[in-house]
Amino acid sequence: MTIPLFRRVVIIVMMLGWPAAQAALTIEITEGIEGALPIAIVPFASDGADALLGTDLTTIVWKDLERSGRFKPLPQTDLIARPSEPGKVNFHDWRLLGMDNLLIGSVKATPQGYEVRFYLFDVIKGQQIKAFSLPMQVSTLRATAHKISDMVYEALIGEPGAFLTRVAYVTVQHRTGGASVHTLWIADADGYGPRDILNSPTEIMSPAWSPDGSKLAYARFENDHFVLYVQDIATGTREVVAKALGHNGAPAWSPDGTRLALTMQQKRHPGDAGNFDIYILDLGSKVFTRFTDHWAVETHPAWSPDGRYLIFTSDRSGRPQIYRKALAGGKEERLTFEGAENDRASFSPNGKILAMIHANSGEYRVAVFELETGQLRVLTDSSLDESPSFAPNGSMIIYATTFKNAKILAAVSVDGRVKQRIPETGRVLDPAWSPLLPTLQ
Amino acid sequence: MRALKSFALLALPVVLVLGCSSTPEQPAALKGADIAKPKTETPASTKPDSNAGAGSATPIDTSKGGAKTDTGSTDRSASPANLKNTVYFDFDHFDIKPEFREAILAHAAYLSKNPSATVKIEGHCDERGTREYNIALGDRRATAVRQLLKLQGVADKQIATISFGEERPVALGHDEDSWWQNRRAVFAYR
Repeated sequence: MTIPLFRRVVIIVMMLGWPAAQAALTIEITEGIEGALPIAIVPFASDGADALLGTDLTTIVWKDLERSGRFKPLPQTDLIARPSEPGKVNFHDWRLLGMDNLLIGSVKATPQGYEVRFYLFDVIKGQQIKAFSLPMQVSTLRATAHKISDMVYEALIGEPGAFLTRVAYVTVQHRTGGASVHTLWIADADGYGPRDILNSPTEIMSPAWSPDGSKLAYARFENDHFVLYVQDIATGTREVVAKALGHNGAPAWSPDGTRLALTMQQKRHPGDAGNFDIYILDLGSKVFTRFTDHWAVETHPAWSPDGRYLIFTSDRSGRPQIYRKALAGGKEERLTFEGAENDRASFSPNGKILAMIHANSGEYRVAVFELETGQLRVLTDSSLDESPSFAPNGSMIIYATTFKNAKILAAVSVDGRVKQRIPETGRVLDPAWSPLLPTLQ
Repeated sequence: MRALKSFALLALPVVLVLGCSSTPEQPAALKGADIAKPKTETPASTKPDSNAGAGSATPIDTSKGGAKTDTGSTDRSASPANLKNTVYFDFDHFDIKPEFREAILAHAAYLSKNPSATVKIEGHCDERGTREYNIALGDRRATAVRQLLKLQGVADKQIATISFGEERPVALGHDEDSWWQNRRAVFAYR
């Protein structure tokens, strides 16, 4: 078989470009908020500890806050003073620099490891907002930094941060001769430390985090159909949980983690026209309960955070639209009417907003839909967006898109004002933002 | 409504097949179906080239089988290797376009003559839409082809359907030049 020239070029680019994926993913901010909060972050001083520890910590915090689009951290070279204790802060200086807030701190060596102290100030009012002490090991440095970012974010924005989280995603690497490698990765939310948790010669699709962040459910192609797996992230043990003769996919965990909603296509034999419907699998008893029973395609179930409803995609109207049905039963209510298609909806953590793929005039874009008002707002201006996934604090939505002929990940804030791009070469698909994690260990 | 209409289209081939073999005056039964244009009611054997109406969707497979005339099914049933193995679809549709019917009927003739032969029908989509939804759409395309084979008398056990959704494109571009090539059903003989 001759490979078209274009395809050959792509393969070469992927082979050259791929090793970069082992390192951290680069996140570019393509649009930030006007009036992002100016904050000065002073490298934490060392108190008997390696001076680099303090610098490393504050660099991570600096990048976290900048990446959120809600802060404009002062470049480190513009710092006019480097206080590490509240008594040494001269608010007047920081006001002259136009700073609203100031973060200072220190790293002290202790018999158990290190103690990180930090202080957050309102420069305008000349007041201390927060003072905290955290124990740290060298191995928990990144997690400690993200925790500090979370605390600063929450103190100043009024919503929890989501820096101590991870993102799961899938890459496809084409090899010469037509073979391909499909990899399921987990990286920190800042793109650091991608770790492959599954390599497969066949497709991996729709990874979904368990609510406690310890497991991923995903679909994998084998023996002519997709089969559903649940994999323990720490141990790597995985088991098949759904293998109907047709399709098994689109897993969604119940908020309590005891059940999976999924799409199954029940075929009686390999040539049967099995129908796609939503089922609920009780993970304890392994019993499946049928949730929808319609001749149309039903897929992409998602649980409301209170566990009372499932929303799903159905094309019973002719094109995919979003429907809702109570777990307790009752009628299936169509939610979306705007646009040619709406698909793959999921709930914001507060249950008030849905993120979805909205198609109009052949453009597939990330949109949010307010349940109370029925108002739909398109957030992106790209045309091939897929798989939107909320950050666990509801601030950002990560999604897959096509940019300059590559399938990449991107993120947008729920208000559409902050946009980020993760310009990895190749094909990156199906991002899923983790729940808030107790630790990054 | 589109889905409902497409189901109606699945039933269409029956009428057309009957029309070919016995009573040519069937058009009344075709009313209401979009693609039931008069020229498609012409018996396939009188059409010089079944691909003439394919528009931009020119099949890219190398076999010349589809250009054969429908003078005798024995000619087609010798081997599937000479048959056109790819059928193309419109965006977000799974109804069989008239220009691909003859190619499918040729496979049906082969499979009917060779009851021990088996085929996998692979359904594929372009990259637009979600991965999971495209699995369902690819399945419908494969199923539409299977349905037509079955109506020709091919046994259930000879046909398996697989959907690859948008996972295995043959063209990697991000516009219609690539997309039409990817919206396809492929006959795969073992």
